[in-house]
Amino acid sequence: MMKEIYLDNAATTKVDEKVAEVMEKYQTEEYGNASSTHLKGEAARRAIEESREIVAKSIGAKYKEIIFTGSGTEANNTAVKGLFFEMKDKGKNHIITTKIEHDCILNACKWIESQGAEITYLDVDAYGFVNPKDIEVAITDKTFLVSVIHGNNEIGTIQDLEKIGKICREKGVLFHTDACQSFTKVAINVKKQFIDLMTLNAHKIHGPKGVGALYIREGISITPLLHGGGHEFGLRSSTENVAGIAGFAKAIKIASPREVKVMYKLRDYFIKELLKIPKVNLNGADGKNRLCNNINVCFNNIEAESVGSFLNVEGIFTSVGSACSSHNLEPSHVLLALGKTPLEANSSVRISISKYTTKEEIDYALEKIKKAVERLRKISPLA
Amino acid sequence: MKTNTLYSKKLMKRFTNPKFVKRLKKPDAVGEVGNMKCGDIMHLEIKVKNHEISDIGFQTFGCGAAIATSDVVCELAKGRTLAKAKKISKNDIVKKLGGMPPIKIHCSILGIQALKKAIKNYEENQKGGKSK
Repeated sequence: MMKEIYLDNAATTKVDEKVAEVMEKYQTEEYGNASSTHLKGEAARRAIEESREIVAKSIGAKYKEIIFTGSGTEANNTAVKGLFFEMKDKGKNHIITTKIEHDCILNACKWIESQGAEITYLDVDAYGFVNPKDIEVAITDKTFLVSVIHGNNEIGTIQDLEKIGKICREKGVLFHTDACQSFTKVAINVKKQFIDLMTLNAHKIHGPKGVGALYIREGISITPLLHGGGHEFGLRSSTENVAGIAGFAKAIKIASPREVKVMYKLRDYFIKELLKIPKVNLNGADGKNRLCNNINVCFNNIEAESVGSFLNVEGIFTSVGSACSSHNLEPSHVLLALGKTPLEANSSVRISISKYTTKEEIDYALEKIKKAVERLRKISPLA
Repeated sequence: MKTNTLYSKKLMKRFTNPKFVKRLKKPDAVGEVGNMKCGDIMHLEIKVKNHEISDIGFQTFGCGAAIATSDVVCELAKGRTLAKAKKISKNDIVKKLGGMPPIKIHCSILGIQALKKAIKNYEENQKGGKSK
């Protein structure tokens, strides 16, 4: 069988076997509906309660401040739209966000713009950092929310939540962060960092797809997107995805700081070796201000997708954010926000490792990457 | 972020081992098309003898499909008369590659466009005796 090296962990991760085991139990044994009053239902309900407790504890929140959702996208939509609907009649309609958010924040914001919201999309610097002062300046008496992604999904830049949170708290504006990529990789404490709402999800941390969570600080009201049987404290009706939720909690429980340390080391080794290839630059920040699993490099003058296709043939799976790989012909909005040219953006590849990535895999990938770059530069009229 | 689309085996072979990637010594005409925003730049050169394309080469900043299709365009064009080379179509190329993902079809047009432009430049040069 062909060797498979999975370097697209920012897209999604392999489900940990311990997680799969827990999920199996809630799929084939304790499969009850958590709303049922019999023993089967109670077992499911208990699993959800315990899971909620685990999620809450992992970010320094309270049990009732966590609702489970169907994805990170849903949690982000609930935060943005749910608050917008709540604030509309209170004379507040302004949100401040950044140009490097995930599509689900940007597109949710664009949609509520059509419903009367006003959105400020802040610039970032060349490494992807938003300046907290810019946030302070942008706040008006109409502002109800600041939403800034914690660890960026494309370039891995980690924002200083505490600084941003403090400004928001002082100005009386709510602060939401999308922490899907950073969760379990960077320490998060909602109290210390003055976070009012936070999006989490399971499948980026070796949990299942189809489960997310939204932290909503006690006392904040939002309008639910889904009305029904009143699940999740009335904020998200739907029969609970018990297996998914239990799997999510298990993934949090087994995530360890030791793995993060190893990933930092492997990431830095990988980056160091990549930068030895002529004319290769790193996109985004370095060191502790970058997610431990994220690498994004510009190979200059060769198209990222062709690099990806070359590696794909070798069983190495990476990601590109560019041009003709999709219906969307625009270069990555994140890379453009860093001030990269469309050419640079279209020459950039994201490589994201996980706790399963080994040095041997990295060395093998490096060898193939070097070969691909060499060949593609011969094909390129620009190189 | 979008992951790589899947290509046919034939296309992959073309892409990883293109036969016509080269710069000609003294090309009779050059065709360059594409733009950075769409993410593809195609550079194609021809040599012409007795109204026939005697040699052809290309370079591209583009995806795997762009590379593979340009290579096929070159193969089909070599040895053909200018009039016949002009008639090479998108379907000829897709057929030769054993199909293509639909969203990639637009990449296959670039090679044809570059060839047409090179031929046009050649014909204008012949008429006007100018370099472009």
